[in-house]
Amino acid sequence: MAVAPQVKSSRPLVWTGVAAAAIAAAILLVLVFGLQRDPRAIPSPLVGRQAPGFILPLFDGGTLDTRALHGKIVVVNFWASWCFPACYEEAPHLQRIWERYRGRGVTVVGVNIQDQDKPAREFLDRFRQTFPNGMDPSGKISIDYGVYGVPETFVVDRAGRIVAKHTGAVTKDQLASKIEALLRGGAGAP
Amino acid sequence: MAPVRPNDNGRASGFGPRASRRLCVILVITVLLLAAGPATAKDLDARAAAIAARLRCPVCQNESVADSPAELAAQMRMLIREKLAAGETDKQIVDYFVSKYGEWILLEPPRRGLLWIVWLAPAVALLAGGYIARSYLRRAVRSSNKLEQ
Repeated sequence: MAVAPQVKSSRPLVWTGVAAAAIAAAILLVLVFGLQRDPRAIPSPLVGRQAPGFILPLFDGGTLDTRALHGKIVVVNFWASWCFPACYEEAPHLQRIWERYRGRGVTVVGVNIQDQDKPAREFLDRFRQTFPNGMDPSGKISIDYGVYGVPETFVVDRAGRIVAKHTGAVTKDQLASKIEALLRGGAGAP
Repeated sequence: MAPVRPNDNGRASGFGPRASRRLCVILVITVLLLAAGPATAKDLDARAAAIAARLRCPVCQNESVADSPAELAAQMRMLIREKLAAGETDKQIVDYFVSKYGEWILLEPPRRGLLWIVWLAPAVALLAGGYIARSYLRRAVRSSNKLEQ
């Protein structure tokens, strides 16, 4: 007589155990998937979309209106003088790309953000950067590009579409491969 | 005191009852406008703060744009304020940030599709926990009753 109720009561216990194991397995799966992702890597919804236009007051006087760059391949680089070492690492690479491709319809534009005038100018002098460079003191341009840190670099095709976004120090090889693909591909993509 | 003389229209010049009434109206309007100015600014500030509280600061770890002392967050707050002053709705502003940063920028995940799991999981877990606790307690009470018998 005593055996029957024992069997009856152990059934829900088994199901509870199964349910608990299933929940634990699901949580573990989510954790395994989640921990493999870089929490700082934010996918940009802007890639593939039209690049926001802007008017940038330049360090060496005058302003740059991106409407004047239509039909050109544009590399937009967001940087700051306090961004060490990444911005310091990529600065010579950007200058090299500008020198190599400026005669082939490619422009590099530097947008200095969250910075001060004096250290920004010292940075430009130090790396002898000659491509158009200006400050975005209100942060409107950087927010328009969904920038969340420096450095970030966007490659814009001749049709004004963002084709790539690079977070962190970019190298001349990375940029050259994107630019070469665009030059080969004509006015459009890759 | 010189008496108030009627002018060419036969109306009394100076501060007659009509003129003082007009003055009162002007005063009331001025006071209302002065009061409405700061009230509107306050309203915009409150709306800006509410929007900023819904957005994740991009350079922080799980901190809202409203709470963060980061420069980017301050620039975002300024931009929200400007957009509100320009007449944009709260939704338009939030949508603008989502279009630039993706849904990642929202501190609260949207209530749709698979994301409902995030919203419903705590309630489901609470119910399941309650059920497990209830059955455990029932079993414990039953076995203690049996022992007493």
